[in-house]
Amino acid sequence: MSLTDVVAVLLFVGVVAYAVFGGADFGSGVWDLLAGGDEAGGTLRAQIDRSIGPVWEANHVWLIYILVFMWTAFPTAFSALMSTLFVPWLLAGFGIVLRGATFAFRKFSATLGEARLYGVLFASSSLITPFFLGMIAGAVASGRVPAEGYGDVWTSWTGPTSWLGGTLAVLTCTFLAGTFLAADFARAGHDDMAATMGHRALVAGAITGAVALAAVLVLEFDAESLASGLHGRGAALIAMSAAAGLFSLWRLRAGRWARARVGAVVAVAAIVIGWGVGQYPDLLVDEMTIADAAGARSTLIGLIIVFGLASVTAVPALMWLFWLVHQTEWSSEEPTAEQASRAIRGGEARPPA
Amino acid sequence: MFGLLALDELIAARYQMALSLGFHIVLSCFGVAFPSMIYVVHRRGLTRGDEAALTLARKWSKVAAVLFAVGAVSGTILSFEMGLLWPGMMETFGDVIGIPFALEGIAFFVEAVFIGIYLFGWDRLPPKVHLRTLIPIIASGLFGTFCILAVNSWMNAPSGFRLTRDASGTLRATDVDPLAAIFNGALWPQFVHMFVATYLVTGFLAAAVYAVGIVRGRRDHAHRLGFVVPFAFATVAALVQPVIGHVAGMRLATDQPSKLAAMELAVETETNAPFIIGGVLIDGEVRGGIEIPGLGSLLTRASTDRAVPGLEEFPVEDRPPANVVHWSFQTMVASGFAMIAIALSFWWKRRRSDPFESVWLMRAAVVAGGLSLVALEAGWITTEVGRQPWIVYGVMRVDEAVTDNSGIWISLAAIVVIYTAMGVAAAKVLRSMARRWRESDVVDLPTPYGPPAPKPLGANPAPDRTSPNPTSEVLS
Repeated sequence: MSLTDVVAVLLFVGVVAYAVFGGADFGSGVWDLLAGGDEAGGTLRAQIDRSIGPVWEANHVWLIYILVFMWTAFPTAFSALMSTLFVPWLLAGFGIVLRGATFAFRKFSATLGEARLYGVLFASSSLITPFFLGMIAGAVASGRVPAEGYGDVWTSWTGPTSWLGGTLAVLTCTFLAGTFLAADFARAGHDDMAATMGHRALVAGAITGAVALAAVLVLEFDAESLASGLHGRGAALIAMSAAAGLFSLWRLRAGRWARARVGAVVAVAAIVIGWGVGQYPDLLVDEMTIADAAGARSTLIGLIIVFGLASVTAVPALMWLFWLVHQTEWSSEEPTAEQASRAIRGGEARPPA
Repeated sequence: MFGLLALDELIAARYQMALSLGFHIVLSCFGVAFPSMIYVVHRRGLTRGDEAALTLARKWSKVAAVLFAVGAVSGTILSFEMGLLWPGMMETFGDVIGIPFALEGIAFFVEAVFIGIYLFGWDRLPPKVHLRTLIPIIASGLFGTFCILAVNSWMNAPSGFRLTRDASGTLRATDVDPLAAIFNGALWPQFVHMFVATYLVTGFLAAAVYAVGIVRGRRDHAHRLGFVVPFAFATVAALVQPVIGHVAGMRLATDQPSKLAAMELAVETETNAPFIIGGVLIDGEVRGGIEIPGLGSLLTRASTDRAVPGLEEFPVEDRPPANVVHWSFQTMVASGFAMIAIALSFWWKRRRSDPFESVWLMRAAVVAGGLSLVALEAGWITTEVGRQPWIVYGVMRVDEAVTDNSGIWISLAAIVVIYTAMGVAAAKVLRSMARRWRESDVVDLPTPYGPPAPKPLGANPAPDRTSPNPTSEVLS
């Protein structure tokens, strides 16, 4: 494996992480949109706030990670990507701004009317943002981003693969988040809500799977290079994604939320990795290889060192955060008196099982 | 005149970047400096059993949740804009300046993680552990500032590469040395200047909020504490800032002479150059303004024998808009000294009497809050507009870096609308939080997810199996 390949893999680690963690985050917003009226949706919305409240900022740093790795390691490809896909990037950017800000605003709304306004903005931007990001992925995958940049400002990202990418992105986010929320409800003791959410996740998963199957056809005629890569190297990963997805649906039916969630994560990660493997060694499909796009060697080495630093600083921190939010205190509503008193006595952070 | 109104794409791109950065810079100040202030108050609450301090820290952490969220998203869009608006710079120099950005990514990760833990850790983590989760936030704020200023200072004093033009005439950076790019000549003074500014701005702004309450008669312990802690941070920052700013300015004669010429409104290169207070450059001549002979040379070159570079040294197309740079620079300096005067009069008054009884002093503190914003934006305009027409000083012009895409004014308009709405909404939310805290003793602000008085969401669905005797009194 060459130095440029190593850096490309590290960049792709970010893509996979963002697809999973950012995906679950966006998907929660989609469920917020589908939660129903004030009365019917209140419990779900409260759980969504609790589930993603502590983690959403960290989840979105993965996007910054991807962008920074891209422009540092592959500056020409980054420039081509940004100049060609100006519109969807900008719209995704607006979505991210609106989503994060209104999510925080809703948490501290004084009235139901304000909470509704911010909630609608948060939820709809949660839908729009992954859609445009998926369209961007589709543009790259179908070879519509020219190496020299400034591809057509509209048609580059509105081909069949882009529509498919956008749709699949939203669906996978929704499916992922459904399994996450079902598991979170169960941990918080809301078994009835967990069952409701699990059922919805099952429906979302089935739709996602069906669209993913249809995707195969679209790729065959619209993204031939990627399709041929998927027939060969990527086939195992696609099979793995399908198997994990089916496993997840099977566990959802059985009410085993935590396992269903593992299945969903593996399914999403495998299909994203499959995409990467399928288009290797191209960075911009049909246009620019990883090696051609690579920047200065000293900088690539620097990036690997930075990655090493991150894995001993940011990664343990992230793991602690994820461990914490899986504790009962962090899943339930405001801490109970007993929990607070235990915290104040400073005895132990670990709750009894 | 109409040429300007027609907004050519470059101007639109510059305005969009200016607006995005000008908005984000305020929030990033809070992101960097506010955790330290929360730490002091929170720690006081724990170690001295000061309930009011603990409550204040709880409230501040909720305020921080709002400010940090807006800061995080407005920072994310900046990384989009680097590529969307300035692809020419990123294509040529992405690998030269990428490493500090990547390091900043680590800082952002750590910050985001521990902010999540701190905000949700109240009553969930053991108090000492909870307090300590602020330390990585403070450290990553420091390190993140370093990284971002490494990039910005590099744009002012580029180093760590060799410039070539390839066959197609495109600029290429070769022999890239990322460490040399990070540790460019302008790094340390610019980094320290901005880092201190974060404490200055956050301190004066936070204190101003409590000063308003004090003027309105709320002189309780919480208000005094809420004023004094940020104000103390800001005072120290305000006192050291002119020294650091001076050191940063001294570098300009060698690093960026055209910026210095514009700041000083110097037309001709001359020794014993005057320091011009005010004044406008019209048709190559300085009109108005008070000239103090020799002071310009003395301040910027440490000797009246040394020359301050004048604008005439540079071709017309290489000159920054001198009036904007000069006035923003002097506005920053004037605001800085005004803030020092206000800060010192507070501490002076405090030696003899209760400064919170003095309405004019508290009003002055409110003014200091506004001045800190003015100084921040003016200083930033000085350094950014002063670098024009270069995006990378002496190496690449903004018109070489800007996107060839058209319709940038549409995205500018969208940004104006979104940021205005976001700013107004953030202000409304913060004010409503403050109002609700004034009206009741409860710190928690439950979210109205449903109609009033539904099935209580707060009813704990998971009956606690571990303790038969919940001790509710500890919560009160």
